[in-house]
Amino acid sequence: MNRRLDIGKGRVDLSHGAGGRAMMQLIEELFLGAFDNALLNREHDAAMFDLPPGRVVMSTDSFVVSPIFFPGGDIGELAVCGTVNDLAMGGGVPKYLTAGFILEEGFPLADLQRIVASMAAAAREAGVAIVSGDTKVVEKGHGDGIYINTAGVGVVPEGVEIAGDRARPGDVVLLSGPIGDHGVAIMSRRENLTFGSAIESDCQPLGDLVAAMLTEVPGIRVLRDPTRGGLGSTMNEIAQQSGVGIELTEAAIPVRREVKSVCELLGLDPLYVANEGKLIAICPPQDADRLLSAMRAHPRGRASAVIGRVLQDDRSFVRMVTGLGGTRMVDWMAGEQLPRIC
Amino acid sequence: MKYIEEFRDPKLAQTLSRAIAAAADPARTYRYMEFCGGHTHAIARYGVEDLLPGNIAMIHGPGCPVCVLSVARVDAAIALATRHDVILCTYADLMRVPGSKFTSLIKARAEGADVRMVYSVTDALRIARENPAREVVFFAIGFETTTPPTAVALKQARAQGLGNFSVHCNHVLTPAAMRAILEGRNSGVILDGFVGPAHVSAVIGTEPYAEFTRDYGKPVVIAGFEPLDVMQAVLQLVRQTNEGRAEVENEYSRAVAPEGNRVAINIMDEVFALRDTFEWRGLGHVANSALRIRDEYAGFDAEKRFAVDLPAPRENKTCACGDILRGEKTPEQCAIFGDPCTPENPLGACMVSSEGACAAHWTYGRFRQAERAGAPA
Repeated sequence: MNRRLDIGKGRVDLSHGAGGRAMMQLIEELFLGAFDNALLNREHDAAMFDLPPGRVVMSTDSFVVSPIFFPGGDIGELAVCGTVNDLAMGGGVPKYLTAGFILEEGFPLADLQRIVASMAAAAREAGVAIVSGDTKVVEKGHGDGIYINTAGVGVVPEGVEIAGDRARPGDVVLLSGPIGDHGVAIMSRRENLTFGSAIESDCQPLGDLVAAMLTEVPGIRVLRDPTRGGLGSTMNEIAQQSGVGIELTEAAIPVRREVKSVCELLGLDPLYVANEGKLIAICPPQDADRLLSAMRAHPRGRASAVIGRVLQDDRSFVRMVTGLGGTRMVDWMAGEQLPRIC
Repeated sequence: MKYIEEFRDPKLAQTLSRAIAAAADPARTYRYMEFCGGHTHAIARYGVEDLLPGNIAMIHGPGCPVCVLSVARVDAAIALATRHDVILCTYADLMRVPGSKFTSLIKARAEGADVRMVYSVTDALRIARENPAREVVFFAIGFETTTPPTAVALKQARAQGLGNFSVHCNHVLTPAAMRAILEGRNSGVILDGFVGPAHVSAVIGTEPYAEFTRDYGKPVVIAGFEPLDVMQAVLQLVRQTNEGRAEVENEYSRAVAPEGNRVAINIMDEVFALRDTFEWRGLGHVANSALRIRDEYAGFDAEKRFAVDLPAPRENKTCACGDILRGEKTPEQCAIFGDPCTPENPLGACMVSSEGACAAHWTYGRFRQAERAGAPA
């Protein structure tokens, strides 16, 4: 009988990814208990299941965030929420996830256990089961601690038709809460930025919010979560895919005061800072009031707001009425956001 | 955000907008240059243009440190970075500025050069302490705002005997550039006055601008970088123009003292001396327009320590950055603006920095282009 894993002091070594007994021990002692579900517990190479009627949505995402633990979340929670939200933005009810881990030799088992536990908690919160997984170990220096890939499937209910190319002139743009929290939380922990910040990541699964919205307004045309590239880039994606223009109203876009301050200090624009628990919805004007009420009635959408409208514009420009009262473009983000120098 | 949001207040903006419209004489035009990229950025980002009457034109000046850096200096940075013993530290804006033949620091980094983006010269000092076996070169750019911190770093390096630290100095002087614009051989630009620098003036004070009112008859109103600062400055400029006055006025008195910051000025004098001449992108060689490191600090002068032998620089000939920096062309008048020159693929420096005139126009204002073309005059 092997000794149990030393979670407190132990570290990942190459044998944990080699397919032998050590890997089996890691799976059984660390992953199975946390993710605990009948499909995974059978330990087959692939999970087998039936899906309820409807179209199937499927998505995948890889997570390489640094630092892996940040205020308000960690890479594990992010890996679950990221894929769950991609499924939800297709109007799908998320059902099952897979998880692939690429671990660097020497990574502390205690950190791995903490990450796995937060994945399990996020999966429970999102109502999905992690039904298949994979673990690989790379030599020290060939990775940055841990990378995670998740893939997921979900089912789109009858009558729901959501896509980025369905926005029409006259439609209304809604946002589910303040922007920029995730990006600022991450930046506040980057090694060369030593300011403290009370801002936590907004990382959360959005499936239940989407379900509540669709119950009230099945005719939602577009859903998108403004992750990398932020709200500004997401609006440009939609404008381009739908062949329309969009006009935002700066004063209507919720941004926390602390996020504004950090962005001011670093010369960043909150419009391009990443979010991990917010969504954009576009619906016909006659549905906007009901949709806004449904969003505000849900705990994940309390601070929802109408932030703009869809215009006819062959150039697919996104513009914004500024807080000052002028108008400007909101362009795609170019490269990384660069701080000002004078 | 206290003391910032007050300077972005929409009600005050409307009041100022009406006051400017009332003051401006509809029978004439007003052409004011905002010298600083910070002002250019604020005007574009907040849509200030929409709040000014059509007969007031804002002309974007050369006050963007990366925009005015000559191709030869960019080439020198890339050559230094490519030396295997060197860690080159610089501000992030410089990374994508094109040198000769479509090179840039960001491309050099992808090919293995050790280039570090820093937020301040203090980071470069730290990197030098942490890497005693490497040569750490701080590529210093900027106007009088970023010069005092570089001077302090050089003093610290000397005091601490930090032998592996040096500075490649590209610090330039604002009044010299303003003079070059007014003296330009190509005086196609007729300026009615300047919105004067914000942070630069906090260092040098108000006196250095007196020559522009005295010798050239151009009013200068020093203004902060918030949109209401700019609008207030425009109002004061319009009043001066109408009354035939040319004076230095200080709208930014919450930060700018008439005498400037003596401590900063003294420390700059201690470490730096005037260069006889320096090449600016757009302005060419301008006498007494930049600083070099004094001989007492020669051991920390990267230009003296590392001989870089470079072929003649090659500027992109279709790029109109030079004309734009002199205020003689608008970004839209450049043949490559937007195609193929964009912030993702900058062919000229004005498209790189968010403070560059081309980047500001492209990012915030290009919807106006089509509207102007399509709208009735």
